Amino acid sequence: MNEITKVRQELETGTAAPFDVYEVRKDFPILSRTVYGKPLVYLDSAASAQKPRQVIDAMVSCMTEEYSNVHRGLHWLSATATTRFEAARKTVQRFINAREDREIIFTRSATEAINLVAASWGRTNLREGDEIIVSQMEHHANIVPWQMLRTEKGIVLKVVPIDESGTLLMDEYEKLLGPKTKLVAISHMSNALGTINPVKDIVRLAHEKGVPVLLDGCQGVTHLGVDVQDLDVDFYVFSGHKLYGPTGVGVLYGKAEILEGMPPYQGGGDMIARVTFEETTFKGLPHRFEAGTPAIVEVIGLGAALEYLMGLGLDRIAAHEHDVLTYATELLSEIPGVRIYGTSPHKASILSFTLEGAHPHDVGTIIDRAGVAVRAGHHCAQPLMDFYNVAATARASFGLYNTREEAEALAGALRRVKEIFG
Amino acid sequence: MLDELRDLYQEVILDHGKNPRNFRHPEDANREAKGDNPMCGDKVAVFLKVNGDGIVEDAAFEGRGCAISTASASMMTELVVGRSEEQVKTLFESFHEMCTKDDHEHVHHDGVDDEAMEKLQVLAGVRQFPMRVKCATLAWHTMDAALKGGAKASTE
Repeated sequence: MNEITKVRQELETGTAAPFDVYEVRKDFPILSRTVYGKPLVYLDSAASAQKPRQVIDAMVSCMTEEYSNVHRGLHWLSATATTRFEAARKTVQRFINAREDREIIFTRSATEAINLVAASWGRTNLREGDEIIVSQMEHHANIVPWQMLRTEKGIVLKVVPIDESGTLLMDEYEKLLGPKTKLVAISHMSNALGTINPVKDIVRLAHEKGVPVLLDGCQGVTHLGVDVQDLDVDFYVFSGHKLYGPTGVGVLYGKAEILEGMPPYQGGGDMIARVTFEETTFKGLPHRFEAGTPAIVEVIGLGAALEYLMGLGLDRIAAHEHDVLTYATELLSEIPGVRIYGTSPHKASILSFTLEGAHPHDVGTIIDRAGVAVRAGHHCAQPLMDFYNVAATARASFGLYNTREEAEALAGALRRVKEIFG
Repeated sequence: MLDELRDLYQEVILDHGKNPRNFRHPEDANREAKGDNPMCGDKVAVFLKVNGDGIVEDAAFEGRGCAISTASASMMTELVVGRSEEQVKTLFESFHEMCTKDDHEHVHHDGVDDEAMEKLQVLAGVRQFPMRVKCATLAWHTMDAALKGGAKASTE
């Protein structure tokens, strides 16, 4: 039984403690600061989340007490650092309920994880004319690596369309799955709209045709959690910094039997068994895909972040975020001229919008002076912006520490924009 | 803080932002360039008609952008008409300095039109908003590219 299932049961049986957001906020030192003399209202967690004391302390403790390189050196520090590093890998395994810890590959970012699959699995398995299915709502990180492979291999990208609400058209997806489809690469949850995709159906339908699936879980794992065995997904990627962990570390989960058939992505130290100038033999999983000294401190920080989240309970976090999102959506809907992008019945945590008569950049600048931090731009999803025929939107994204009062601060700041723009 | 916002969003800027002048594509333009700001996805196209004596006879633009970038482009098209290429380049240099440097650091460029600079002063508020300087200068960089014969300008 994984942590999410456990928490779900606790909630059902009423043994779970209530989620006290004001208590939780105390774990995040940055949230007590001011910006332009106003309390910080941080509504940009989808771009990068703030860090709890538990993560900061774990990283400081690693560097002040137990730091050394890992997987090499016989000395005590190296052994200790290696133990901590590998313990973090087991924490990730537990967090996503992977079967084995060697299915967890540490990368620099989610972007690098997708590039790893494209370069290693893609180059080995794809031929000219083969098709990869992506969707209209993908982040550039799940488009560009496949386009680069297209240039190299002559493969074809097929795009699953969406409807006006930002919901994936599953009928169209089924039609796109054909004899030439070799991979489906789709986001678990849209970073620009908040749409939660029906990933279980996506995987099942692909598998019926013998097609493997990669899910971009950057937002999904953060707000919904994931059980990779239950989904039966082949690859799942996510970044550490959106999960309240540090930057510089991402995760590639891959089924062991698939990873074992893939050639190394980068060559170097830490990934070899034996090197001579004539021949090199590579290590097994996961080290074969982790060339060079890894982000040791960051991996340990990520482990601490995941322990922290499991301690709070992903389901309780999701329920709290849903409450704030619903409230913020109500408040913004009452403001004349606000248009919300992404109104799928299945969505989480993200509120993308425009304000009539004011460009998202102007909105962002003005509300910033009220201490409200949102993202204004294309959210690295320009094909999606093209679909809605806008250059940009403003996006408020909610993390576990956001409150209803902060949703009110956002709405108040938007009324101020309307005052200026008339 | 609110004063700084008022400095940035002065009435003149809001007016040019809402009702941009010379927002069109002249058929007889003989210089043009496209500009984009990859950070926000904003795009602008600048069209110029430069006669045989090197005088800008017409200037116009199209595109989509925020109030600052639209107002800046709109004012630019009004100010460059009737000027020589050299004068336009000098004006661009002075304007760029105004957006990025404090007053006391400004170099007075020979031949710059003080009256034009006075009109552009309404955009000086961007200095307090470093993330927005590119918005104010995008159309100008694009015009510079058009004069140099380039096809594209980018704020990157």
